[in-house]
Amino acid sequence: MLSEKNKEIFLGPISKNNPVIVQVLGICSALAVTAQMMPALVMSLSLTAVLAFANVIISLMRNIIPNRIRIIVQLVVVAALVIIVDQVLKAFAFEVSKQLSVFVGLIITNCILMGRLEAFALGNKPWPSFLDGIGNGIGYSVILLIIAFFREFFGSGTVFGIQVIPDAFYEWGYANNGLFILPPMALIVAGCIIWIHRIKNPDMQE
Amino acid sequence: MKALRNYLDKIKPDFEHGGKYEKLWSFFDGFETFLFVPNSTSGRKGVQIHDSVDSKRVMSIVVLALIPALLVGMYNVGYQHFLAIGESADFFSTFFYGFLAVLPKIIVSYAVGLGIEFAIAQVKHHEIQEGFLVSGMLIPMIVPVDTPLWMIAVATAFAVIFAKEIFGGTGMNIFNVALITRAFLFFAYPSKMSGDSVFIRTESMFGFGGGQPVEGFSGATPLSYAAAGKDLVGITGEPISWWDSFLGLIPGSIGETSTLAILIGALILLATGVASWRIMLSVFAGGAIMAQIVYMAGGSTLDMGYQITLGGFAFAAVFMATDPVTGCRTNIGKYIYGFLIGVIAIIIRVFNLGYPEGAMLAVLLMNIFAPLIDFYVVDANIKRRLKRANA
Repeated sequence: MLSEKNKEIFLGPISKNNPVIVQVLGICSALAVTAQMMPALVMSLSLTAVLAFANVIISLMRNIIPNRIRIIVQLVVVAALVIIVDQVLKAFAFEVSKQLSVFVGLIITNCILMGRLEAFALGNKPWPSFLDGIGNGIGYSVILLIIAFFREFFGSGTVFGIQVIPDAFYEWGYANNGLFILPPMALIVAGCIIWIHRIKNPDMQE
Repeated sequence: MKALRNYLDKIKPDFEHGGKYEKLWSFFDGFETFLFVPNSTSGRKGVQIHDSVDSKRVMSIVVLALIPALLVGMYNVGYQHFLAIGESADFFSTFFYGFLAVLPKIIVSYAVGLGIEFAIAQVKHHEIQEGFLVSGMLIPMIVPVDTPLWMIAVATAFAVIFAKEIFGGTGMNIFNVALITRAFLFFAYPSKMSGDSVFIRTESMFGFGGGQPVEGFSGATPLSYAAAGKDLVGITGEPISWWDSFLGLIPGSIGETSTLAILIGALILLATGVASWRIMLSVFAGGAIMAQIVYMAGGSTLDMGYQITLGGFAFAAVFMATDPVTGCRTNIGKYIYGFLIGVIAIIIRVFNLGYPEGAMLAVLLMNIFAPLIDFYVVDANIKRRLKRANA
């Protein structure tokens, strides 16, 4: 089930081969949906689900897809999955799906998806592909949630919409930092995560 | 002086390699070279340029040039305060109130900024760089008087780490550190950086002054009146003439209201050759031309005289745009760089009603383009000379 190789496939993308902070893919959505924890969490789950199943489906079809039209086939598979996810969100989490607006639809163009399909699913069996999808999804989710935590904590004083900075602080003159609500701060927080990650992993320093 | 030198010589071995405070060498070195011109000489071989005016001396001159604007700014803080609460005060207590209001900001800015610089120098075993001497003085001068101290501390820490140390410290930064501090404050805490209530302080400072604002009091700056298309009035409704805006007894950020004091600083900078007259001249030229065009086209009620003396335009032209690290290096580039700062500052001011003042954003924007301008100026020069050589 989890051989040594599969373990590496599953755990690699969480740190050493992280799609966001090492390969620098999927940055656009990391900036767009991280102003609060809740949309970031839903986005992470959506992307992980789409990525895992797209990887499996493409991996199952890898021997019959003609090489020339493989991108189109991948897009069709991903688009179908994204529409399913989008409909599920609209049915069961309408408020969050309104906040995420087009970004669920834009999962289709997320660089992580095409990257994993091209680089992994087309050349590997379904089970490792599934693990690869889940692993990359978790790697993406971890970074998104860290960024969203800092942005929501400093920008709104809340975590998952629950106020964590006590009212007394505001009475003493504390104020929420509006810059954290704006997308540029997501880039700076992501930069800080990369900074700490490189300090912890000296072999990744250039 | 002699006693100080002797004392430094006496404790020096403790900080040198093998001494008991070896780890604090950069700290000691920073203080020693700040107090005394270092007597180390350059090597005998090769071509060396050596001048006693090192960067610590240059920074000190800039700080000196800032003093007139700072003093007038302090006086103005007190003047506006007593005007707002409807009391008359003599010259000394007016100045003293402003001094009490501004001093904590200077201390916070220097303590946070230098603290981070010293800590990073210790960690990286570098010499302490002197760039923050000027930034630390600029930061309190470009914020409204009612900005809370902790916000200044947060913004200063952000700017020093993310605008300076990340790029490699003094001399390597892309953006002007003081302006990044202000931009951070402006976007992070907009309610504390603009509007009607932050430019005048009515509370007491350490029990000195303080009172209720008089009837009809409004703390809006002249530029926000102009942005709203109204006549310029002071805080108690009296009209503001051009001379008021030139002398600086109007609401505004601490150090930038008095164009006269800024011009005295400009003279010091130009006489000592520290700042580039090309940049300064072209910023004023760009701003004046653009302001006049906008005025004649009916886009603004302010003509070029007002546009240049109001708000932070003159301060940005003299102290921000001329920063040698973030500005252009080539002479032609300096004209282009300065001119565009002036033009963009007025465009933002007039056409973006959300930002009554555009000088900060104009300088930051042109900071990005400075290396590009230099690149094309040098490139054009190479092409011209190649053409001549091949002709």
